[in-house]
Amino acid sequence: MSSISVSTTVNGDPVDFVCTPDESLLDALRNRMGLTGAKEGCGTGDCGACSVLLNGRLVCSCLVLAAEAEGAEIATVEGMAGPEGLHPLQRAFIDHAALQCGVCTPGILVAAKALLEKNPDPSDEEVRYWLAGNLCRCTGYDKIVRAVQAAAAEMRSA
Amino acid sequence: MVKVLLWGSLRAHTDGQAEIEVQARTFKEVLDRLAEAHPGLRPQIERGVSMAIDGRVYREAWFTPIRPDSEVVVMPYMQGG
Amino acid sequence: MAFDSHEKRQFKQVGTRPPRPDGVDKVTGRAQYGADVTAPGMLTARILRSPHAHARIVSIDTSEAEAMAGVKGVVTGRDFALPEDAGLADIAVNVMARDKALYDGHAVAAVAAVSPAIAKAALKAIKVQYEVLPHVTDVDAAMQPGAPVVLEGRALESVPAGMSVNVTHASEFGHGDLAAGFAKADRIVERSFKTAATHQGYIEPHACLASVTVDGKADLWCCTQGQFMVRTVCAALMGMEASQLRVTASEIGGGFGGKTTVFIEPVALVLARKTGRPVKITMTRDEVFRATGPTVSTSIDVKIGMTKDGRITAGEARLRYSGGAFPCGTVDMGAMAAFAAYDLEAVRTQGWNVLTNRPKEAAYRAPGAPQAIYAVESVVDELCQILKLDPLDVRIRNAAKKGTKSSYGPVFDDIGLLATLEAAKAHPHYKAPLKPGQARGVSCGFWFNFGGNTCVSLNVNTDGTVGVTEGNPDIGGSRASISLMAAEELGIPYDKVRTIVADTASLGYNDVTDGSRVTFSVGLATIAAARDAKVKMCARAAKIWGIDDEAVEWKDGAAWPAGPNAGQFPPMSLAEIAAVSFQTGGPIAGHHEVNADGAGVSFGVHLCDLEVDPETGKTTILRYSVFQDAGKAVHPDYVEGQMQGGAVQGIGWALNEEYIYGRDGRLQNPGFLDYRVPVASDLPMIEAVILEIPNPGHPYGVRGVGETPIVPPLAAISNGVSRAVGVRMQELPLSPPRVLKAIKAA
Ligand code: FES
Ligand code: FES
Repeated sequence: MSSISVSTTVNGDPVDFVCTPDESLLDALRNRMGLTGAKEGCGTGDCGACSVLLNGRLVCSCLVLAAEAEGAEIATVEGMAGPEGLHPLQRAFIDHAALQCGVCTPGILVAAKALLEKNPDPSDEEVRYWLAGNLCRCTGYDKIVRAVQAAAAEMRSA
Repeated sequence: MVKVLLWGSLRAHTDGQAEIEVQARTFKEVLDRLAEAHPGLRPQIERGVSMAIDGRVYREAWFTPIRPDSEVVVMPYMQGG
Repeated sequence: MAFDSHEKRQFKQVGTRPPRPDGVDKVTGRAQYGADVTAPGMLTARILRSPHAHARIVSIDTSEAEAMAGVKGVVTGRDFALPEDAGLADIAVNVMARDKALYDGHAVAAVAAVSPAIAKAALKAIKVQYEVLPHVTDVDAAMQPGAPVVLEGRALESVPAGMSVNVTHASEFGHGDLAAGFAKADRIVERSFKTAATHQGYIEPHACLASVTVDGKADLWCCTQGQFMVRTVCAALMGMEASQLRVTASEIGGGFGGKTTVFIEPVALVLARKTGRPVKITMTRDEVFRATGPTVSTSIDVKIGMTKDGRITAGEARLRYSGGAFPCGTVDMGAMAAFAAYDLEAVRTQGWNVLTNRPKEAAYRAPGAPQAIYAVESVVDELCQILKLDPLDVRIRNAAKKGTKSSYGPVFDDIGLLATLEAAKAHPHYKAPLKPGQARGVSCGFWFNFGGNTCVSLNVNTDGTVGVTEGNPDIGGSRASISLMAAEELGIPYDKVRTIVADTASLGYNDVTDGSRVTFSVGLATIAAARDAKVKMCARAAKIWGIDDEAVEWKDGAAWPAGPNAGQFPPMSLAEIAAVSFQTGGPIAGHHEVNADGAGVSFGVHLCDLEVDPETGKTTILRYSVFQDAGKAVHPDYVEGQMQGGAVQGIGWALNEEYIYGRDGRLQNPGFLDYRVPVASDLPMIEAVILEIPNPGHPYGVRGVGETPIVPPLAAISNGVSRAVGVRMQELPLSPPRVLKAIKAA
């Protein structure tokens, strides 16, 4: 299989990599770029553990071809915290115990960030529907919804 | 002598008795005496059993002391998730 | 260790909610889970699995695969030792089939190659010749005479003659005169139930990385609930000595019991030994569903007698469980747990385990209890309906309490069931009015809880900080709870303590993270290790002061002269003693090793309001409350988290989750699309009400909390649905088509 070389931007940094034509963006992030924050829970678009932003759009990176990243901007959980510290969502997740095992957390944080960028003041119901594609088997979602709301409130008042 | 209560299916190996009296002062002695008196119990004892002594469940604690008036119940080896 | 009742202590830190120490790693993507590590020169392995539910393996030809460029090694069942111990041998055969494939998805061969793509292609080049055999996947069918035989000769001596060859195990529990009990009843209800097998559904698939050197030293990195268990099992299957195999537990992306055994780890080790290269295996989700452990599937009959005023006079249950293609003792747990919530004069439960062509059962939160208690609580609810009694009043009336002879034998010590029931009854949820079409379901739940082998080291650093080394993977915040207990006991701030999870070469044996044991047993051992360190620090202070060791006591994070006769010395803090430790005798550490007992049983009560759409049969959960006795909630956030998470897994079990087998014996829904776990939009908030009735077997009164919460939802929801639609539901899950059918039939 011939390789494809891809030039892209990941969390603001320019990145070049080669991949096979059938390789997923998730595999490229994890195996070629060493960004293992996004997880593979299913590989079929059903769990959301692999959620990243592709040109600002929330996608399951297991369903995106790595080659589609050419010229794109990708944002992963690794890019959420800045030099000034954790993103309010990250802090809220720790403070509200919104993670137990934490394997769903990277995908949920990326998804929640995308939600709050679109809708800074969502209802609980909107949070629940937005996150319906992100499975969490540990928490029962209660503390996740509360953490997202706490972060949203903090971000609105900032 | 201490009274030992067995779970129902073990009775098949003790001539139908659910309660057996043995001379024992520890967890291990109870099992040893039971296996001697009722060899049919030996396979199950070797696979593992739990024992409740005065309401507290022990899984492998050989030297747990047993008083003559202790309540002793032999139960299957228990596992969780 | 007994409860420190003499102190009537005011906790300073236990019971607070500080941030967990691994929180930052887990919200930034830095935490390394099973699939997140690599090694130089690493190969990737894939596993070939049987497409048949039951087939004799006539031959396996691997020559073509082995000849492919980039393929470095192929293994089959012949490459694994078969341990003498029956339990280990079953694990070995489950890891890689030998003469027979026992279920759809059973591993038959594995390939290690330089890339995942080559490994995948090589699987296709392996030629397996199967002789397909008749199969059976239903527990009742497998018990019939003449059913296809899954394995021969596996029946224990407990199985009466004349039963199907597939019955491997029988048990019976109870006391009292059943006939007399039923004769006293005003009403008797007898019903049969079925529950589908469900999967733990952890989001992280099994993954591991193995490396073996030519001189036989091996390292294994894997996501597991117990690195020491992995070492024991893999060493046996590899014919290795334990000391030569070091197992490191990665961060773990959920387990719930499903990661208390091994599947791929021995395969990676055997391939690493064969190829001389590190080998990584990551399961796909499809493999997780087809080949790792679901729960038992069950078929249960329950008969209960009740007086007009709500006294249960007798209870009887017959439980048929299938733990898949291997013998399994889970039915014992169900048979013991079924009536545990009740104080009964006459009770009998009988259980049988039956082999079927399904994957080998693995533990799932309170294994065996949810199914049995679902059946019992359903019949209790029906009796309450018939006799027009309040379901909580009836449970309060019959509740087991201190001094009750439990349905499984022992007499209960202090238990929190009555307090839990009364809390539920007094809660606004129970008094809230229901709208037309809505219904409220109630159920009790129970789990035994365990302690087990535990080993903890606590090191006092010269700068006054403390490191705790424990051996149980942190699944849901246990590092935080352990640090809290160490800080409490030593009297130093929480953030001065760092708790790490050690590999198998760095600490003595620790049982797997199961049975709700970690906060209880590791906590108990941590407290004891801290007490050991305190004795040593008091001795150092005594030396410095030139007084007897006994004349020094530990208070508020410092050594003090005890009493007026000890002399006048200013107290020395932990940091001050630590700073001069090199001068006073060397490093200071506390240790504790124990096979902990006294975990103390746990009860919970759940309330669920719901409505059922009469057009579609779909159930919507409107309000849900969980009441549970935690003994002492060390970190209440993570106690609530266990209660909420367990409840939601139970909700999934009640409403949607099930292993669906086709007539060909193949699993039809091995993915999250068709095996539907609850998503955020399915649920309301889950209110968690923690009660604290101290466990007499722990110095701080801690009880395990992790398993009980999955038990009550099955009946709470089924009772709610049955009341909403006016038909007694007798099978789980309550998927819309099933509920619709019941509505139509009524
Ligand atoms: S791994 Fe992409 S959605 Fe599950
Ligand atoms: S915290 Fe474990 S899956 Fe969400």
